[in-house]
Amino acid sequence: MSELSSTLLYSAFIIYLFSTLFFAMSISDKKQSKAAYTKRWGRIGFISACAGFLFQLGYFITRWIASGHAPVSNLFEFTTFFGMMMVLAFIILYIIYRTNGLGVFAMPVAVLVISYASMFPREISPLIPALQSDWLKIHVTTAALGEGILAISFVSGLIYLIRTVDQSVSTKKTKWLEIILYSLLSVVGFIVVSLAFKGTGYETSFEMMNENNQPTKIVYEMPALAGPANGKQLDEGFGPLFSTPSWMNGVDASIKLNTFIWSLVAGLIIYGLLRLILRKRISAALQSKVNNMNPELLDEISYRAVAIGFPIFTLGALIFAMIWAQQAWSRFWGWDPKEVWALITFLFYAAYLHLRLSRGWHGEKSAWLCVLGFWIITFNLIAVNLVLVGLHSYA
Amino acid sequence: MKKKRLWFRSALLAILVIAVGYTIYNSIFEETGTYISKGDRAPNFVLTDLDGNRVELEDYRGKGVFLNFWGTWCKPCEREMPYMQRQYEAYKEQGVEILAVNVSETNVSVKNFAKRYHLTFPIPMDKQREVTKAYGIGPIPTTILVDKDGKVVERTSESLSEEKIISFMEKIKP
Amino acid sequence: MQSKLCECGHSNPYGTSLCQACGKPLDNEVEVLSSMRYEGSARRSQTYKSTIVDRVWNFFSSVKVGVWLIVTILVAAAIGTIFPQEMFIPPNVDPASHYESEYGTLGFIYYLLGFHNLYGSWWFIILLGMLGLSIIIASLDRGIPLYKALKTQRVTRHDQFMKNQRLLSVSHDVEMEEIKYSLETLRYKVREEEGNLFAEKGRFSRWGAYVNHVGLIIFLTGAMLRFFPGMYVDEILWVREGEKASIPGTKSDEGQFYLENNDFILEMYDKNDKKFNSALSSVDGEVAKNYQSNVTLYKTEPAHTIGEEPKLLKVKDGVIRVNEPFKFDSFALYQTDFKLNEFYKMSFKLEEKSTGKFFGDLTVDLHEPETEYDLGNGYRVEILDYYPNFVLNEHNQPATVNNLPDNPAFVFAMYSPSTPKGEKAFVGIQKNIESGDNQFKMSFAGIETKDLTALTVRKDHTLWIIALGGIIFMIGVTQGLYWNYRRIWIKQNEDGIWAAAHTNKNWYGLKKDLEFLSDKTNLTPLEDKEIDSIK
Repeated sequence: MSELSSTLLYSAFIIYLFSTLFFAMSISDKKQSKAAYTKRWGRIGFISACAGFLFQLGYFITRWIASGHAPVSNLFEFTTFFGMMMVLAFIILYIIYRTNGLGVFAMPVAVLVISYASMFPREISPLIPALQSDWLKIHVTTAALGEGILAISFVSGLIYLIRTVDQSVSTKKTKWLEIILYSLLSVVGFIVVSLAFKGTGYETSFEMMNENNQPTKIVYEMPALAGPANGKQLDEGFGPLFSTPSWMNGVDASIKLNTFIWSLVAGLIIYGLLRLILRKRISAALQSKVNNMNPELLDEISYRAVAIGFPIFTLGALIFAMIWAQQAWSRFWGWDPKEVWALITFLFYAAYLHLRLSRGWHGEKSAWLCVLGFWIITFNLIAVNLVLVGLHSYA
Repeated sequence: MKKKRLWFRSALLAILVIAVGYTIYNSIFEETGTYISKGDRAPNFVLTDLDGNRVELEDYRGKGVFLNFWGTWCKPCEREMPYMQRQYEAYKEQGVEILAVNVSETNVSVKNFAKRYHLTFPIPMDKQREVTKAYGIGPIPTTILVDKDGKVVERTSESLSEEKIISFMEKIKP
Repeated sequence: MQSKLCECGHSNPYGTSLCQACGKPLDNEVEVLSSMRYEGSARRSQTYKSTIVDRVWNFFSSVKVGVWLIVTILVAAAIGTIFPQEMFIPPNVDPASHYESEYGTLGFIYYLLGFHNLYGSWWFIILLGMLGLSIIIASLDRGIPLYKALKTQRVTRHDQFMKNQRLLSVSHDVEMEEIKYSLETLRYKVREEEGNLFAEKGRFSRWGAYVNHVGLIIFLTGAMLRFFPGMYVDEILWVREGEKASIPGTKSDEGQFYLENNDFILEMYDKNDKKFNSALSSVDGEVAKNYQSNVTLYKTEPAHTIGEEPKLLKVKDGVIRVNEPFKFDSFALYQTDFKLNEFYKMSFKLEEKSTGKFFGDLTVDLHEPETEYDLGNGYRVEILDYYPNFVLNEHNQPATVNNLPDNPAFVFAMYSPSTPKGEKAFVGIQKNIESGDNQFKMSFAGIETKDLTALTVRKDHTLWIIALGGIIFMIGVTQGLYWNYRRIWIKQNEDGIWAAAHTNKNWYGLKKDLEFLSDKTNLTPLEDKEIDSIK
């Protein structure tokens, strides 16, 4: 069962890639019989997105059967599910608005999320007592759905910015746009680097003191740029260039920092190569592809996504979370970092809605906010679990 | 019309300011929970002291009671013990009693401790922490002053100097 | 400060920008579309600025101020997660030095600024209070006039109002009845007046914002009530297996509750379990499967005096597991922590050193050792001193860290017919200090242990208020965001039939309605001004 499950996920992944390709075909503007062409490839893209979603749903169900609990209990499972919810959100918004261009950007972001997920340990792990509750599936799935829909508002906002920001001169806006694209490329970098070093089987180990002052061995699977705080390298591997600050004390903080730096470096290389090939800013190159998209519609989609996603997010990530916390930890609110960041996300989108509804922040301002909102969501997804310590650091 | 609005606005603002002020006051100056604090009636209790005598708080009605919660392992408690003993002797005749409730220790340890410091005031032994829990005692030493009517007039968790103890004794002298 | 009379005959409150009845801009500089957010109604606060109270009121009435408050709270909340809050650091350390030693200079500054207790700080509570105030005032100031404006709006709108709408068209030869019919099939509520039509759908969604604000205020009130005495109990209760303890927070005057810990159960996952095999083999220790306390609840008689041997009446048996609290009265008990194998009783034998012969044994209850143990035949042992958690203090004297028997040590005096004066020995775990001439020694014979369970005792009378606030908030937010208020005006003018439409959100959906309308009737499709401007 668990093998079937992995196969299904892998298939979904491939189909999503193809879906991206099909959507990209649909907006390429070289053909003459444009409308029919666009429509055909758009439909193929949409059908494959749906097919991929069904395969991933198959993965989800089979993994549930194999493990006996909803597969949303660790970072791999949750992040995969988040990707799946992004696809679902895309499907919903595509049905409403029929915008092919959205697929060109939404599908690859979902693909990135899922490949990022697969870098975490993928074994089926048992539930610790705190997680043994029906609220696990209720809280996590609702929160992930809300975040998935909010992610589409980011995608739409990003396209809006690519479409409308003036690329003829270098401005603060073009720089920020490049930074956003670079950070997406860093995720690609992370995946490439992880696969590359996994392929070569690279390892180097250190001995360090853990929090109980016991010597422990930690194993890096990438060359160590950032060594552990007060660690001693045990082999002749590439030496650490510096050591991790001691205040970063999450589980395996130094390994995570090291991987993070590698991802940034790899992202930079990929970005540099792309710039060399394209001979202009990446966003400028993308702009010519999205030129015939209607910015007003993009603005509407991104706002609509927030309008749909915000109540779901609030319900899942705050209200259900509070009910569960009351039951498991005896208090519905405890200022745990994950809770606080869910509140921050809530406050952020609340501010967004007020600015939009009462102060008329439409178009570009609103698009920048959607990008920032997604940054907050990813920060809560990744950094809070990996960097800040708290009750949610299971992985 | 205009006057009505001013009244409404002032009232609403006032309510909110008071509510927030009270919340801040409570969150900073008082721990929440089932504390026995200044102004409350000191709940009655019955314990057996080190010598096997029954000690009931109610029996001390009419006298001031210096109620101290302590343990032999606690350094600040140890420091204030000789002062307490001296002031006990000074104020006993004036109607102030000391009850030094020991928090869940063994007779052997407490007896040795009492012998070492020549303690003569009653030491009720709170083996099951029943009284400690009921009075919401957190850190020790904690001293609670009960007046002749059984009302709490002071509660403190600081280590006491001899002067402080004297001023406390004066406070609850009937 | 008088009211403004519109040419349509409606009298508008001072400050109104669009006539409540016909929508005519009452001022030349008014931009119709952006004024539509609140129907061009006067925000009441903007109108009077005489006293301090009014000025404060006006300040909090502004959405801009509200957004600033949200953003400030957001940033503050984020700062609070940089380093762990004081409540998450180990309980027995001094926070002042802890932050510096763990997180360096930054940590020290963090502590100095009071960020280690950010969420309980006075300024954070004030920020939340100000946000509450802003929610109340801004909602009152906008909700009430909006309600009045929507209630007084007329079917026939002023030309200028129509012209300024984003969606607009002029048609000829249109059958009004057809339009009315089509609008009704789209489930619009249609009103007619002098041959003009006004169709609206989803007006209730305009109240969503105010409903959810009411929910938030109720929620914040519930959160505040927590600080009022008697509303909230949060205590911890440790109970040894086989023992009963009173439940803190339950009052003795009405009969106090006691809890007996019958058994504490800790289960681990089986490493050989096929399902989880690969995950379990990659972790070092074991993975917990279950923490459980089997308990019995008792109640004393009403007139119970604290400390007195309680007369207990059994209430019920129960099981407490993580995620499955045990409820009684208005209390709930949660499995929070445990301690396995706490020392409970220690056994010794009196041994003659030269022969290795034993002269009786004794078992010491570590919570209440006897002072003397008679072993018969003239042999006896006295306990001169006892250190439950032995340590050598700064003067190199034996002492105890606390009252928990985690490292018990004794000073024994051993008496036998041959040593009537007694011999002294200091005995602890793997320690035996004595004079070399001693004939006898206490040899260790065994230990008994007990498990402890730790339960959180919780009473929270604010929960229902919080829950009510949450439910109302969700209703409001759904109502406001999943529905929208669409309006279509059809007006007969000299040059043809004017059609204009407005929605507070989801223009795309409104346009679909209008497409349907122009498909079914002769109505000229409405043009979107904003899209044209971008093109």
